[in-house]
Amino acid sequence: MSKNPQKMTTSSSVLEFKSSTFFSPILILYSNDLAAIEQSLQDKINRAPDFFKNSPLIIDLRELNKSGLDVSVIEVAGMLRKIGMFPIGVRGGNEQQDKQAHKLSIPVDAGRENDSTSATSAASSRKETETQVLERDSAENNQFRNPASSVGRMESVSAPPEPVKSMLITQPVRSGQRIYARGDLIVMSQVSAGAEIMAEGNIHVYNTLRGRALAGVQGNTAARIFCLDLQAELISISGDYKTSEHLTEQIQKRPVQVYLQDHALIIKEIA
Amino acid sequence: MARIIVVTSGKGGVGKTTTSAAIAMGLAKRGHKTAVIDFDVGLRNLDLIMGCERRVVYDFVNVINGEASLNQALIRDKNCNQLYILPASQTRDKDALTLEGVGRVLEELSRDFQFIVCDSPAGIEKGAYLALYYADDAFVVTNPEVSSVRDSDRMLGILASKSRRAERNEEPVKEYLLLTRYDPGRVKSGEMLGLDDVQDILSLQLLGIIPESKSVLSASNAGIPVILDEKSEAGQAYEDVVARYLGEDRPLRFIDDKRGFFRKLFGGRS
Repeated sequence: MSKNPQKMTTSSSVLEFKSSTFFSPILILYSNDLAAIEQSLQDKINRAPDFFKNSPLIIDLRELNKSGLDVSVIEVAGMLRKIGMFPIGVRGGNEQQDKQAHKLSIPVDAGRENDSTSATSAASSRKETETQVLERDSAENNQFRNPASSVGRMESVSAPPEPVKSMLITQPVRSGQRIYARGDLIVMSQVSAGAEIMAEGNIHVYNTLRGRALAGVQGNTAARIFCLDLQAELISISGDYKTSEHLTEQIQKRPVQVYLQDHALIIKEIA
Repeated sequence: MARIIVVTSGKGGVGKTTTSAAIAMGLAKRGHKTAVIDFDVGLRNLDLIMGCERRVVYDFVNVINGEASLNQALIRDKNCNQLYILPASQTRDKDALTLEGVGRVLEELSRDFQFIVCDSPAGIEKGAYLALYYADDAFVVTNPEVSSVRDSDRMLGILASKSRRAERNEEPVKEYLLLTRYDPGRVKSGEMLGLDDVQDILSLQLLGIIPESKSVLSASNAGIPVILDEKSEAGQAYEDVVARYLGEDRPLRFIDDKRGFFRKLFGGRS
């Protein structure tokens, strides 16, 4: 009885748009000597072939242009592809370079001045000794100033840091739900057993906390957890944790705060 | 436009199908044209509880696949002409349901029904997700014991984050609590969680408490929704649930252990 089978697949089931943030290495060039760059990159690749194989890469030309050195994006991209990397973006280029990038269908980031955060992906390569082909600039991290650094350095950045806002949750956090806040997390409702709330900053729960609460998840040891009734399955600050087994019943039904002192979680009633 | 109600719980065996059948019948008896859909594809039960298992020709999956029209698949209830049943397919599995297909069927039903009751399968997988996705109201069926309460809590989290209303940032699905298989005697003796214990965790608007009752099983076996058994406490409790859902104010019944001395002595239960 199916008259029109095509009709069954409407657009809604074919695709979906989602927004997400992901990490990508950035290749910051300090020299326009392509041969030297290629040599230097090849050295890195030889040391960690799996890491760099088919790796997406963003080419950062800001430093190069600051130093008044010109380079062709077409040539750089060609060289990168030759050694098995995929340039997926260009930033800090001049008009000419942006045009070249467009020609290669590589997106151009009009981006802000400084959005590099701490490096992770190339941590191993940073320490490596290489010939210094070039001048470096005011890298914000001392490690980058190390003369052992190179023609280009690589770093991993996330999306540009926005001012960190606190997150406010007014609905109950039910079992199985997870909430992650980049800054502070404030929950006005109960947090059920089996729920997980995490924050890089402090956690406030103005109700009963029965689930897991992890504050300072990126290593902020000064983060604290505040709640009106602590019945949590687990509380953690910057990786140090206590499970419900180790929470005494005496503190239940009373407002408490949890903080870290010499790697020990202290639970104190708020007087 | 119809109001779409999902009867859900997470946990199995708590009384979702019994509740779906009862409230669908209750709404229909009051003159609201109601359809009740079995989403438990592969484990078809609703038709048994509604006593229409011998009249199933086409099912929900046939309609979704365009192999039958909605009118061919809908079964009119033998007790109430305002009530229609859309049975599940017993020979297929949940993958036969698609989000888009379910949406089309619900939209078509919405045109001439006032209430659509979706009887969710247990679990939190595809069948349960599709049953709740389009819902306006959710009846969360919970037994007074910890695992059921935990599962209901999980289901509430899914309702709040995965339903169409949540995705579209519309007014959230209205959630109601239905506490079933409640035994006041066992609550009193501490063997069973009480209403307060459950509400402490779920904090939902309570639509009703259905007492544990033998009449539920016999009604299921007979294929007659228990709400039609007006003498039974469970039937009356469901009647109250429907009334409260429609906005009437009814005091809670059957929450006290009021079994008489002799019945206690001889262990009888109503």
